[in-house]
Amino acid sequence: MALALGTGAVILVALLWELMRPTLMRAVARGREIWLLCRRSSTPRSYDPGRERRAEQRARALLRSCIDEYDWAMYRDLGFLRVWGGLGERGRGDDATYAYLIYPHKPVVAYLPQTGALLNEYCVAFPDHSRPYGSSRLPDSDDVLAKWMALTADERRLIAEANMHLPGRQVDPDRVRHDLVRLSSWERKHLVCNRRHAERVDSVHAA
Amino acid sequence: MKLLRMKPGHGEIVLAEGDIAVPEQERELIEAFRRELDAGMWAAVPTGAPGGRREAELVKSFAEVPRDAERVIFFPRAAGGAPRTTL
Repeated sequence: MALALGTGAVILVALLWELMRPTLMRAVARGREIWLLCRRSSTPRSYDPGRERRAEQRARALLRSCIDEYDWAMYRDLGFLRVWGGLGERGRGDDATYAYLIYPHKPVVAYLPQTGALLNEYCVAFPDHSRPYGSSRLPDSDDVLAKWMALTADERRLIAEANMHLPGRQVDPDRVRHDLVRLSSWERKHLVCNRRHAERVDSVHAA
Repeated sequence: MKLLRMKPGHGEIVLAEGDIAVPEQERELIEAFRRELDAGMWAAVPTGAPGGRREAELVKSFAEVPRDAERVIFFPRAAGGAPRTTL
């Protein structure tokens, strides 16, 4: 009796296996395809320095077309941009109570122009989650332009989105102080050059 | 008017271009504008501020774009960078 039941069970299992095998094989094949697709899409595409350089050139041209000639010269010569703070008592302008330094892919640094004292770092990024070339990082000059647009358009909103830290969290305070010295020296030179240029133009007109 | 979008690994791309005085072209611009906002992008219009200084204006709808604007630039929305430290 037990032998007959055992044999029957084995035959039943074999029949069930034969019936289910095509469905199981299809499911396994489909799972494998999905896994391969996921793996392929998560693998970053190879880094192409030429493409990145062209992207940066386009970004620089766009930045240049949006900001003042003075600010563009500052970014071109120094590698960062200064934006006056607009939420102080004196508003935005040359006599603003505070200002920001915008570096590409680094936190925005707030400081006091009168004393050079560093106030805060605002960590903010503009990640493009569509990752068109395997990276969510904008070209350097696009990152600077995005920060500049957001700061000049809606400073409060950008600061609210950012993570605020004391100076020194990501940007070396000594480097920022050195950059402030470079900026002030650059501004002096720029002023002298502009004055000379204006005098030359005046003398040409007078002649 | 041109609608531009910043793109990693590429720089800006032109999404749409047209004359807003032409209804058909304006409709295309509005559709492209909405698509980008729906994708979570921020839109900014570079403008000139009083005193000759340049600034930008963030816009949340096509109606907010100045009629004489030459460009609207879309860029990914801001996100906090390094996380806050817990003390």
